[in-house]
Amino acid sequence: MRNPLSETIVQIEPSGIRKFFDIVSEMKDAISLGVGEPDFDTPWHVREEGIYSLEKGRTHYSANAGLRELRSEICSYLYRRCGLTYQPDSEILVTVGGSEAIDIALRAMLDPGDEVLIPQPCFVSYVPCTILAGGRPVTVELEEKDQFKLTPEKLLEKITGRSKILIMPFPNNPTGAVMRREELERIAQIVVEKDLFVISDEIYCELTFGDERHVSIASLPGMKERTVLINGFSKSYAMTGWRLGYAAAPKQILEQMLKIHQFAIMCAPTTSQYAAVAALRDGDADVEMMRESYDQRRRFVLHAFQEMGLECFEPEGAFYAFPSIRRFGMSSEAFANRFLQEERVAVVPGSAFGACGDGYLRVSYAYSLKQLKEALGRMAKFTERLDKEMAGG
Amino acid sequence: MREKILAILEKNARIDLKDLAVLLGESEAAVANAIADMEQEHIICGYHTLINWDNTSQEKVMALIEVKVTPQRGMGFDKIAERIYQYNEVNAVYLMSGAYDFTVFIEGKTMKEVALFVSSKLSTLDSVLSTATHFVLKKYKDHGTALVEEVHDERMLVTP
Repeated sequence: MRNPLSETIVQIEPSGIRKFFDIVSEMKDAISLGVGEPDFDTPWHVREEGIYSLEKGRTHYSANAGLRELRSEICSYLYRRCGLTYQPDSEILVTVGGSEAIDIALRAMLDPGDEVLIPQPCFVSYVPCTILAGGRPVTVELEEKDQFKLTPEKLLEKITGRSKILIMPFPNNPTGAVMRREELERIAQIVVEKDLFVISDEIYCELTFGDERHVSIASLPGMKERTVLINGFSKSYAMTGWRLGYAAAPKQILEQMLKIHQFAIMCAPTTSQYAAVAALRDGDADVEMMRESYDQRRRFVLHAFQEMGLECFEPEGAFYAFPSIRRFGMSSEAFANRFLQEERVAVVPGSAFGACGDGYLRVSYAYSLKQLKEALGRMAKFTERLDKEMAGG
Repeated sequence: MREKILAILEKNARIDLKDLAVLLGESEAAVANAIADMEQEHIICGYHTLINWDNTSQEKVMALIEVKVTPQRGMGFDKIAERIYQYNEVNAVYLMSGAYDFTVFIEGKTMKEVALFVSSKLSTLDSVLSTATHFVLKKYKDHGTALVEEVHDERMLVTP
């Protein structure tokens, strides 16, 4: 029998998170700081709208690009929050999570050999989706000394004649890094000069802490026409299981994305789309409540790290902290495995988000205070033990 | 800071002062002072425990009484309310808009005890015109907390 598999797909490494998940799920009594989703349930008025749509028998396909009503709510949201003006009929595409939008944006824009600049540590799907789209991933290693922000120097270093797309994953999973307006302006300038396009993954945009709220790179001068803005409902409205996201992009790009979406997906789940309309229309207060709650827990986790002497730069977005474990002289994977075996707590090794994430852990604080206290208490015990071992050996 | 302290305490009155200060990014002293001030100003009126008595062996009966009154000269609603809320049996008294004047929550050991209280103590007050008693059969949610649901973390342990 011939080999049934594609060489390209076989070459792609499975997600490091998956590997870790398999180990954790063997363990019945483990607790976790490892999830990448909100601890809130979807607000009831949003769920209720989904239920109502089912009761009404709205169980059919929607337009390929998504419900017209939802697309115009998305436009008014993007205007309200980011000052961006998009046309609901030609510049918005409702997708199956932000993940689908990432995939089809890359597929719509890449030819074989085109390079995609990917700042790491970052979400796990940009590299494999680039490869599947025939592109060449070029990683840009971000550093703690820059608060894991993308700097002009780092970007310029990696730009070649084949560079076409820059991925902008901020607020960042796993580091919690945020790019503020001035920092984005410096990047935008290079993007325009070098004639690049940007895929800006802003799924965590509502979880930006501090006085200054999220700024979309698409809203900077000259950037809207070269940006595919990706967002969704998973993190802002605690709707991960509904699988609903969207892309906002210039018509020229969006048309081609729509083509792929039309053939591969048809349309995003209708129930989720009706629920999402309610989320955008009446969900601002929910978002605000959740943001405040994450912000409080962010402070709590950082304080706990400080008390156990674990270095951690201050994350300003998402719901992750990214402490350094370098002083223990072990890899993140080794740390995470021992921590799991000895204290029964799962954290995700930083290396799952790119090689430069080694030496760090992704700690999610989307947990109740009680859960955080228990898990961080065990972490303090564990790091104390490691320190003793090092002093003794 | 006051509103944030209240929002947290309303959900969890037993939180450590230290944790509260960390969550809010304030010093312990500042939070302690703010709490003391709010106690002084009767913004914080107590730190009670939410109990689902149905899950205990103790019998408790709760009733909501609609009360109509005639306010009399020199004795407005506040005075009448005071005559009502001074009783230990009375859990809560609210002045209402609409068809009747006060909602009175009464707690007793048996239905008979509650009914007796209404007929002998409440109805006989000079200003009270009429009462209508409704017994609570089951509490589903109280103080923003669902009493019947069990809370599970449905999430997988590790996700991207």
